[in-house]
Parts: sequence; C-alpha cells; structure tokens
Amino acid sequence: MRYNRHIILSEIGQEGQDRISKAKVLAIGAGGLGCPILQYLAAAGVGTLGIIDFDTVDLSNLQRQVLFGTASLGQNKALAAKERLADLNSDITINTYPEKLTHKNAIALFEQYDIIVDGSDNFETRYLVNDACVITNKPLVFGSIYKFEGQVSVFNYQNGPSYRCLFPNPPEQGAVPNCSEIGVLGVLPGIIGTMQANEVLKIILGIGQVLSGKLLCYNALTLQNHILKIQRSEEAIQSVLKDKANFHKKHVEPVNCALEPVSVSITDIKINENIQFVDVREAHEQPKVEGVSVIDIPLSELEDEYINIDPSKKAYVFCQAGIRSEHAVERLEELGITNCFSLIEGAAEINDYLNAQLEEKPVKS
Amino acid sequence: MILTIKYFGQIAEITQKDEESLTFSGNLISELLDLLHSKYSGLKLKEFQVAQNQELVTLDTELSGAEIALLPPFAGG
Repeated sequence: MRYNRHIILSEIGQEGQDRISKAKVLAIGAGGLGCPILQYLAAAGVGTLGIIDFDTVDLSNLQRQVLFGTASLGQNKALAAKERLADLNSDITINTYPEKLTHKNAIALFEQYDIIVDGSDNFETRYLVNDACVITNKPLVFGSIYKFEGQVSVFNYQNGPSYRCLFPNPPEQGAVPNCSEIGVLGVLPGIIGTMQANEVLKIILGIGQVLSGKLLCYNALTLQNHILKIQRSEEAIQSVLKDKANFHKKHVEPVNCALEPVSVSITDIKINENIQFVDVREAHEQPKVEGVSVIDIPLSELEDEYINIDPSKKAYVFCQAGIRSEHAVERLEELGITNCFSLIEGAAEINDYLNAQLEEKPVKS
Repeated sequence: MILTIKYFGQIAEITQKDEESLTFSGNLISELLDLLHSKYSGLKLKEFQVAQNQELVTLDTELSGAEIALLPPFAGG
C-alpha cells in the first residue's frame, strides 16, 4: 500500500518499484540539498541510502534543512537525518557515515553504491566527489546553489561529461562565497534538492530524459530556467583517470572560507578610517588619488619605506593599471605585512569611483 | 550583430544586471570578452564559462549566436 501511487503509474508499476527498492544511493552531505534529496528518496523506497556528513545541526540550519527540528540541535547531521528517515520509512536500510569525505575513504565508499548525489557545500568536496565518481564509474547527480540561483546536472552518466568538463579546475580559494557567508533563500535548496531526487529516480527507473550533457540553471526570483549543453572533454576525464593509482594519497589543504583574495575591486571595499591606501607609483605619475588618505611608497622604494604602513589596518595598494600593485602585495607579504590587498583598478578609475561615491552622499544644508 | 548577454550568479552582481543587449562587430568570443572586461573590471577576478546559443564554447569560437551566457561555478548546498 505504501507505494500504491507509484505502482499505479504505468511508467513505474510493480517492476519499477522493485527497481527502486533494489537501488543503492549515497548522499554527500545532509544539509540544505541533502535533506530534500534524502526525504524524497526515503519516501520513494530507495532500498539502501547512505549518508555521509561530519557536521552537526545548528539553529541557523533549521531555516532550510527540513529533516531537523530543535531536538536535533548539536547532533551529527547523518545520524539526526537517519532518525527522521527511519521513522518515515522503516523498510529501507540507512547507512550513516558521521565523518568527513576524503580522498582516502571516497573510493571504497562509492563502490558500495549505484548512484552518488552531491549535496555538499564547498568546491574541495565537489571536485573530490566528481573525481571519485569518474574513477569508480558512478553516475553523479549534481546540484549547487548560490543565493537565489541553482545549477543541476547529471555527470558521468553513460559516457557523458563530468563536472571537470564544465569547470576544469576549482576557483581560487575565497573567490566564491558560500551560503554561510552570503546567505541563501531557504526554499531554494528545497527546489534544487528535489530536482536532484527526481534525476536519481529517473536513472533508477530508466524513464524520461536524464539531465546528462546539460546544465540546468534555475533562478528563483525570475523563475527562468536555462538548459545549457555541455560536451564531454576526454582531456578532463583522462586527467582524473591517470591519477587513479595515487588518488587515495592525495591531500587537499582544507579551504579556509575566511581567506580573502589578494586582488580586490574598489567597489567591494568599505571606505572608513580603519583602512589605508598605498600608492606604489613613482612620484611624477598622475592623477593623484584624492578624498582618502594615501601613503606614497614607489615600488622601487618599498623595502625601505614599508614601515610607514600601519600593520593594524587593512592596506589597499594601487598603481596605474593594477600590475605593480600585485607585485607590491607579494613583496609586502614576504616582508610580513599580511593585511594587504591589490586593487585591480588603476588610479584614474579609483578616482572616478570615489568621486561618484561622494556625490551620492546627501549634502546637509 | 546584436547580442543578448545573460549573466548568472556573482557575474550578475558585478554587471548589476541579469541581461543586456549589445551591438558588437568582432568575430570571436574572446573579443567579446575583452570588451566585457573593459566594461566591468570586476570580471577579471571571476571564473566563468561562456555559452553561445545554449551551448558551452571556448574562447576561440567564432561568434555566431544571438545569445551569450556567462556562467560562474557555485558550490553552495
């Protein structure tokens, strides 16, 4: 009776439901995406569900991680999810792994499952999941979110493209903020995770068109969907496979989300008395930047003059075109001034921006 | 030719719009990107892929399409 509404669909039937109950699906992460993925797959009767998550439930998770309640606070997410899912469907097997996914444990774990669903929240894990799926030849149901937008795809399915065929390498650390830094609309992972659960069921049942070789881009504010075609890149796939033997030994430095990129745009910084600007151009170069306090230290005199930079304040270094300032920041870091950044804009653009900012401020009469 | 350029994620935050129309006379995707980089200096810091008429393309691809999309990676979950 439990699966009656599946079985009466001619596209599924008893045969399809039996396939669902024989399927083994591993969810990476039981967070914003993992919760709806797991909820629908458990309800659908996926026979074996694996959940790997090292994190614990925090009050700020409850806005979107719908498997948890206040009683789960402080518990490991994989274990707390199992508690709820076992109540939802006691006929299925739920394996929990309350640990971090690593290069060391990924291959052996993935080999025990038919389909991997990625609901992780950082690039390090996403590339690890992709590469382990390529090596173990498992389909990967991918979903990721940013504020009000989501991306969904099925990678590594029947010789289709992998995530690296779309984005060959992870972006630089700190270049893309995550949900905890920038926020996310609570219902968005519900929508994207549910789309991922839908792809998993289509793969198990062999019905419809699996989202392989395509990336779906969803915008919750405009309700616009874009489906973009992705080609398989043999080069990207082989770059993973040739490293197969050493995969388990790889160690990736944990990504520190707080790291700020060394280069920044003037439009991204808050101008106040706690920051300082450093002009590394030669004395004759024009225009001078006005309206903020600027320390003049030509690049050629950096080693002698850098002591004029206050190490307790953030230093924003600029020049004429953004090249010398990058060199200056590298050298300053070697000299022990770590709180410094290179502005990508040159002096003229910085002036334009500062002038526009001053004009925007209401003038008191 | 007249192009519709669509921006996603952080790219749309830099350009301050989801979409714009541009008249452009260059031949390659890379030439269009040069123009966009000069228009939006913040793009230099961002990683993204380019799609032309809903298909992912490389920088040396000839411009033939009416619709171009700039697509950054997301990792949130």
